Amino acid sequence: MLRIQNIRSFYGNLLVLKNLSLHINEGEIVTLIGANGSGKSTLLKSIMGLLPPRQGLIVFQDKDITHLRTEKIVRLGIALVPEGRHIFAPLSVQDNLLLGSYSRYSFRNKSEVMADFDRIFDLFPHLVKKRKQLAGTLSGGEQQMLAIGRALMSRPRILLLDEPSMGLAPIIVEDIFAKITKLRSEEKTTILLVEQNAEMALDISDRGYVLETGKIVFQGPREDLLENAEIKRAYLGK
Amino acid sequence: MIWNIEYETMAREDIRQLQIERLQSTLNRVYKNVPYYKALFDEYHIIPEEINSIADLRQIPFTTKATLRENYPYGMFAVPLREVVRIHSSSGTTGKPTVVGYTRNDLKHWSELMARVLAAAGVTKDDTVQIAFDYGLFTGGFGFHYGAELIGASVVPTSLAAPEKQIHIMRDYRTTVLACSPSFALAIAEKLKELKINRNELVMRIGIFGSEPWSEKLRSSIQNDLFIDAYDTYGLSEIMGPGVASECDRKNGLHLFEDHYIAEIIDPDTGKVLPPGEMGELVLTTITKEAMPMIRYRTGDLTKMIEESCPCGRKSLRLARFTTRSDDMFIIHGVKLFPSQIESILATVEHTEPHYQLIIEREGGMDELEIQVEVSENIVFDEVKKLMKIQDEIKQRIFEEYGIHVKVKLVESKRLERTQGKIKRVIDRRNQQQ
Repeated sequence: MLRIQNIRSFYGNLLVLKNLSLHINEGEIVTLIGANGSGKSTLLKSIMGLLPPRQGLIVFQDKDITHLRTEKIVRLGIALVPEGRHIFAPLSVQDNLLLGSYSRYSFRNKSEVMADFDRIFDLFPHLVKKRKQLAGTLSGGEQQMLAIGRALMSRPRILLLDEPSMGLAPIIVEDIFAKITKLRSEEKTTILLVEQNAEMALDISDRGYVLETGKIVFQGPREDLLENAEIKRAYLGK
Repeated sequence: MIWNIEYETMAREDIRQLQIERLQSTLNRVYKNVPYYKALFDEYHIIPEEINSIADLRQIPFTTKATLRENYPYGMFAVPLREVVRIHSSSGTTGKPTVVGYTRNDLKHWSELMARVLAAAGVTKDDTVQIAFDYGLFTGGFGFHYGAELIGASVVPTSLAAPEKQIHIMRDYRTTVLACSPSFALAIAEKLKELKINRNELVMRIGIFGSEPWSEKLRSSIQNDLFIDAYDTYGLSEIMGPGVASECDRKNGLHLFEDHYIAEIIDPDTGKVLPPGEMGELVLTTITKEAMPMIRYRTGDLTKMIEESCPCGRKSLRLARFTTRSDDMFIIHGVKLFPSQIESILATVEHTEPHYQLIIEREGGMDELEIQVEVSENIVFDEVKKLMKIQDEIKQRIFEEYGIHVKVKLVESKRLERTQGKIKRVIDRRNQQQ
């Protein structure tokens, strides 16, 4: 579904992604693990067109999206839940969600967008009672759910999640991960998950990639990564 | 049956993506973890992250058996020894043995690949699989063992028990599948005739044979004598052991397991990569091995790539059946010859058996090739005229085909010396004589 071939991305003159190739099949959950600064978030930015690669190819459903603008990429069906959530604190929960539909909102399909609210609230019943509440007053876990909900408002075929567990209590993380699994099984959303919490992320994934200084050093089915001694030592704390 | 539908029938475009991803991560790891590859890449100014395609592999020099010997025993390992859970040694068909290691994941992949090999030949969990490969440092026995267990078949690890014992077990345990080297299968077949066991006492249906090249003629004679459907399979310890490529029921080449290996065919003299369809030496790169990845390993085995899709549904490229090893090649009167070329001629001559030996000697400064070939038992040795006719036919055919004069000696059935069921194909005495 998403195919990345030999991309190189730079921050200024600094080469961050050094010839990276990966793919995600429709309906898969794929995890990207790696230390801080290994290039995980950069990869997501490159996919989203926020930091287009200087070389290489990104193909989404047989369409070359390497140099498309971000709005276009979102409209094609890719959405990002950014690291640190980046919700609009002074706006209500509902308005945050509405902004998520920015790419497709028009007067004509207003009712369709409104119907999507229900879909999001079904997935995150927590948020129903708080729809009028300012997003800044939500707890960390609720904010993360809101960030995911906002991304889902663009009706993505594939959802990129950047460190959804960051700063959350373990029990909340479990809840978030359960929602991610549900998104795949019920909404058929394909998921690319970037996580420091490697073990939990791999547990819900089909496959994974291990990134080290902008290069992929391991890739394979979940069971292989969980069994690999080097990964166990470096990322799973075993 | 196709054991792993997802990977064995993967679309070409998807398999290429998977190969490049796995190749890149393998190169990144060997550069980081194997001092030999780090030094090699540095020397040739190869930056792993600049390998963008399978074709870019060509920049990297070959790894050879000599490389492995120089780094004996553990120099080529990409993981610390504590992560290695198994150590095997190559069969040492040529020269001294080399060491190979496996992590837990490597063993898991090996089992899965061997299950593919067995399933492709039609083995199911209802079969009783007799494994007459050596269980020891050699990889054959264990490889088949894991695959057969994974399928759920009943495994009988007879290893290299004598042919007579193999036959008794085969009959008493109701073996349905035999896995061994083709020459050992032949030794078993010969013993079976000798013991005069009624074929109805056996329930054998499938044979899977590998570890040495064998001809179609040998295949049909094994099939007839053991009452089985015989399949060819290919592998080598340096890469994995058995489980590199294997035949499906169409028997039109061996399907390469491309999600684990990248194959190239090169001219054995120049090292140049040859286009698909041309005969040359097989070079393999492992893309999932953890303990001992091999980059562009020269197998010494000769084959060609077949790209056309196979009606069996697998989309992998295929390797033509192996005829011989590139190091078995000999030059006589300036003509390069492989034993298989002689074998293919012998195969067309009536009354000859698939057992032969080529002896090269220097007499009075002239190289002489003598072909010793066994003739069928039903030829009586006093039928001189008939024997002369066979000899002349072989001489004539070889002269027509290759323009060289050879000596032919017909020997009685089973007279050529066999070691563990194998006959040494080429005996070159030129250098010993001087």
